Amino acid sequence: MTYAITAAGITMSFGAHKVLDGIDMKVPAGEIFGLLGPSGAGKTTLIKILTGQTAPDSGAASINGSSSDRLTDADRMKFGIMMDDFGVYERLSCFDNLKLFARIYGLDDSRIKSVLEKVGLAEAAKKPASALSKGMTGRLRLARAFMTDPYILFLDEPTSGLDPAAADAIRRMIIAEKSRGRTVFLTTHDMAEAAKLCDHIALLNDGTIVEQGSPAEICRKYDHQRRLKIHLSDGSDTELPYGAGAAAEIAELIRSGRAETIHTTEPDLETVFMELTGKELSA
Amino acid sequence: MKNIKAIFLKQMKDTLRNKPVLIQFVLFPALVLIFENAVNIENMPEHFFAKLFAVMFVGMAPLTCMSALIAEEKEKNTLRVLLMSGVKPAEYLIGTGAYVFVMCLAGTAVFAAAAGFGGSDLILFVGVMLAGIILSELAGALIGVSCKNQMTASSVSIPVMMLISFLPMLSMFNDTIRSFAAVTYSQQISDLINGIGAAEVKPLSLAVIGLYLVAETALFMAVYKRRGLD
Repeated sequence: MTYAITAAGITMSFGAHKVLDGIDMKVPAGEIFGLLGPSGAGKTTLIKILTGQTAPDSGAASINGSSSDRLTDADRMKFGIMMDDFGVYERLSCFDNLKLFARIYGLDDSRIKSVLEKVGLAEAAKKPASALSKGMTGRLRLARAFMTDPYILFLDEPTSGLDPAAADAIRRMIIAEKSRGRTVFLTTHDMAEAAKLCDHIALLNDGTIVEQGSPAEICRKYDHQRRLKIHLSDGSDTELPYGAGAAAEIAELIRSGRAETIHTTEPDLETVFMELTGKELSA
Repeated sequence: MKNIKAIFLKQMKDTLRNKPVLIQFVLFPALVLIFENAVNIENMPEHFFAKLFAVMFVGMAPLTCMSALIAEEKEKNTLRVLLMSGVKPAEYLIGTGAYVFVMCLAGTAVFAAAAGFGGSDLILFVGVMLAGIILSELAGALIGVSCKNQMTASSVSIPVMMLISFLPMLSMFNDTIRSFAAVTYSQQISDLINGIGAAEVKPLSLAVIGLYLVAETALFMAVYKRRGLD
């Protein structure tokens, strides 16, 4: 398996406060990887270390096989970053915001137009960034990350604070990037978003990864009840133990038309996180 | 060179919309055109306003513009984006510095025209102004690099700018002020500009300007090494 991003033993402190403690992770190429954790868990710091913005106290990270602390300009062309706190030039138009980066990357204006179309800002190309809504500003930041058509995208809380429609538009773009074989590394504290988008996730709490794997695997792992919950046509619910023994009973309920819905009792990611840390993910 | 040009062109594009910066570039050149044409006081030295405002311009515009531009990019994290895109800190500083330099050069042309300088006087005037612009840009860059946001940068740059810009004017009226204003580069620039008609170039003025150039460069390098650009 090829890994787009790796981290081994990453440790980072701000003064006496340890922000990251022995982070190990491998992100397979072509996947959407989600780093989940509450505010202050160390998600943004880890992105900064992975992308070479900050040096860790110890440990090593790499992107596309290149060490994060020795990235060349050519390496940087291969990944795009959309950080929550990255600003835009508010007095410049959307087009001129991207024009600056087109000049830096040696790209022509046709690339700006195609990126603006991709993020749905073609009609707002001449609008100053200060006149954009929060959702549109997010899309402009995403457009900037798309400029070099990167193999890897780092997205820090890409849908944070957006209305449902704007957030959904960004999620569709993320899925479209994956379908083009791109790797997406995103941070979020929205577990529903992570469960919907991500192939693999890591749960980060107080600078430590407390669990990682696919969302479904993790939820199954913490399904301590291992039962099936059946909603019956008379409005009542019944539970059966998960396993072969329940098969005949379920078959009968379905045959008789009494079973309306059947669900497993596995927890969602929020519940798993609560169980592991005693904290809410959205805190 | 590509990145320097990109930064330079971005700053140029931003000029008309960045009113706090724009006003620094046009205020004194506009004032000099008005005062030189509208005010005529008996026994006033020739082109008094052109020379006075030129010194104020040199102490004010490059310093406040450099510090404001750098501090704004730091505060809004656009500088971080540039650095992440492969722009070197030196390229950013040169691109921004070149933009401020060109804009101040345009202002210098207005002062030269208003003062009616020509020939060797014009060369001397432009040379002195260029030295002043570079010194003020260095001071502005030093403030911009040292401060985390625009508010902190303003709170430092305004008193420094007022000291540099207004001391030469105040020293005309008070000998005590003049005695300590002599240690500022703006006073020496004022002396050089006022001595242009008399073809008088004081070695002390050149020495003070040279000393400032060395000291500001060394201080900037030390602060930059310690804090970095972002």
